[in-house]
Amino acid sequence: MITYNTLIVLVGTSLLGASAGLVGSFAVLRRRSLTGDALAHAALPGLCVAFMVVGERSLPAMLFGAFLSGLLGIGVISALRRWTRIKEDTAIGIVLSVFFGAGIVLSRCIQNTPGTGSKAGLDSYILGKTAGMIFQDVVLIGGLAAFCLVILLLFYKEFRVISFDPNFARVQGWPAVSLDLLLMSLIAVAVVIGLPAVGVVLMASLLILPGASARFWTDELDYLLTLATLFGMLTGGIGTLISTWFSLLPAGPIIVLTGTAFFLLSLFFAPRRGVLARWWTAYHVQRRLARDKALVVLHDLSEPAWPESSVWSLDELSRRKSWKPGVLRNLLQRLAIEGLVEVNVAGGYRLTAEGWKIAGYLARNQRLWQLILSEHAEWSGFIANLEQTDVKQCVPAEFHAQLDRELREKQKYPKVLESAP
Amino acid sequence: MSAAVIPPPILDVHDVTVAYQHKQVLWDVDLTLDHPHLVGIIGPNGAGKSTLLKAILGLVPLASGTVKILGKPLASQRHLVGYVPQRESVDWDFPISVLDTVLLGTYGRLGWFRRPGRKERELAFDCLKQVGLEDYARRQIGQLSGGQQQRVFLARALAQQAEIYFMDEPMAGVDAATERVIFDLLRSLRESGKTVFVVHHDLRTVRDYFDYVVLLNLRLVASGPTEEVFTPDKLQAAYGGRLSILDAAAEALRTREAAHDHL
Repeated sequence: MITYNTLIVLVGTSLLGASAGLVGSFAVLRRRSLTGDALAHAALPGLCVAFMVVGERSLPAMLFGAFLSGLLGIGVISALRRWTRIKEDTAIGIVLSVFFGAGIVLSRCIQNTPGTGSKAGLDSYILGKTAGMIFQDVVLIGGLAAFCLVILLLFYKEFRVISFDPNFARVQGWPAVSLDLLLMSLIAVAVVIGLPAVGVVLMASLLILPGASARFWTDELDYLLTLATLFGMLTGGIGTLISTWFSLLPAGPIIVLTGTAFFLLSLFFAPRRGVLARWWTAYHVQRRLARDKALVVLHDLSEPAWPESSVWSLDELSRRKSWKPGVLRNLLQRLAIEGLVEVNVAGGYRLTAEGWKIAGYLARNQRLWQLILSEHAEWSGFIANLEQTDVKQCVPAEFHAQLDRELREKQKYPKVLESAP
Repeated sequence: MSAAVIPPPILDVHDVTVAYQHKQVLWDVDLTLDHPHLVGIIGPNGAGKSTLLKAILGLVPLASGTVKILGKPLASQRHLVGYVPQRESVDWDFPISVLDTVLLGTYGRLGWFRRPGRKERELAFDCLKQVGLEDYARRQIGQLSGGQQQRVFLARALAQQAEIYFMDEPMAGVDAATERVIFDLLRSLRESGKTVFVVHHDLRTVRDYFDYVVLLNLRLVASGPTEEVFTPDKLQAAYGGRLSILDAAAEALRTREAAHDHL
């Protein structure tokens, strides 16, 4: 049963998840994920100072304070990296812990102030609290999320070129530093609107997880940003629903765990880039290589007697290529099912007519590669990936023809192909 | 008597010094190129070859000196400049296709907020064809071999439609086919009146590739037409006692001369 209050919170967290996913993707792509984390932690002291200045719990003022001190944290990181010998990871570590520590001290000071302290609710900004969200908050979140979206759409082309190749962008005349600052400000905006719900400690995961998850599903930036936005939105929404159903659970951690679920699903099940897909591809490549190798070995052993098809026992074959007999038997059985190898009653194996043809083709391919590696090493760069093992697909046609001629001159051209038309 | 109109030099590097922290990596480099050439920038490791390129392109701050391109500062001449950075300078796992990478070359001309349209796509595809990668247009850039990635960078520079190209070690670690594609491209750029500066490390091919050489070792050792500058004594001056490299160069010179004798 969804009440009006739950609906408000649901819309709010979905929107903040969406904007964090969208702008956070750029942090992930630029390898600035930790900078996002530092920014979130650095927002806490600003929040407290804003409360002390305004003197009451005013969300816009506190978020503005958080925004400023977050950016200040980023500025300190850049300054440390640029003007001292401190490396970036150290600078991030320093800023993150120092700002967060200062924020905790300030928030305790406020809470210990009689009268106003307890009303600040600053504790909820550390681990997040969605229950208190009201309609005005959602309007604010929605406005800022829309602002992020519009800026990203406007500057899409510019952000793309400075993210991929900043030096090239600078040569073209793009103001890389200003664009970088704009991007960081957008990340700061996303952090700030997420703070009340998720808290400074866990905000980074809302920035990082959607983009990191989306990267598994696509190789195109526009799809990646769309997917990351969607993942962020679902993370915020579903996390909120779960934490409402089990009302004792804090919203921030539940939202983060929901994001983690999306990440794990992507990590394992995404096509092509996912762990299972990669494992599956690798398994098939191995299997095909083993099959091809078995055929080539049979071919090379049988070639002297061609066109007779000599018979080989399992023992002889496994002796020659140090295959484990079990593995080899398996391979040969599979070849028999394919109709490329026949088994006689005594357990001997030989190539069928179809087997000769395919094995001859594979043997030629292997000899061509050997020729390239031994005598034309300058072409070895063409072995780009394992998916493509066919020489013909990898080198220009005239070079392929030349290799074929050389193979014939060396009398290494498979006999079975010589006679075939 | 009226003053003859002299076209400004293509590149005028005056008194350029570059320092990182306290270490000076380029000393008072003066370099003027009056006419289009294929220029090889040659020198030992750590001679500041890439730094010179980056100084000209405004990527490193100058401690002193000025750079002019066709008579004006870089800021107003960027549309005339094409750039091929070192291949290692970017993340090849970035989610971008081969065609879209080439398309980045057109961004400078498009200016703020305008998106590349059909005209730009056709141009980018045409540039991909020139480097022989049109079949790979939709692939993600990380799926290409090193040589193919280098050719994508070249295609992107071609899409800049520049007058002066700066290439940072485009032939480092590429396969023979890529080297040939690059060489052919350099030639056709030269024939259409463009100027190309190439940071190059392979002394054996300098004479084949370049008609102008800049010899660098922190300072400018010599610059001029290849036959005047690529000589044993000037190489000695640039490379000092690094004999193995000199031997390779001498070997290259000998085989060249032998080849000429046969002709």
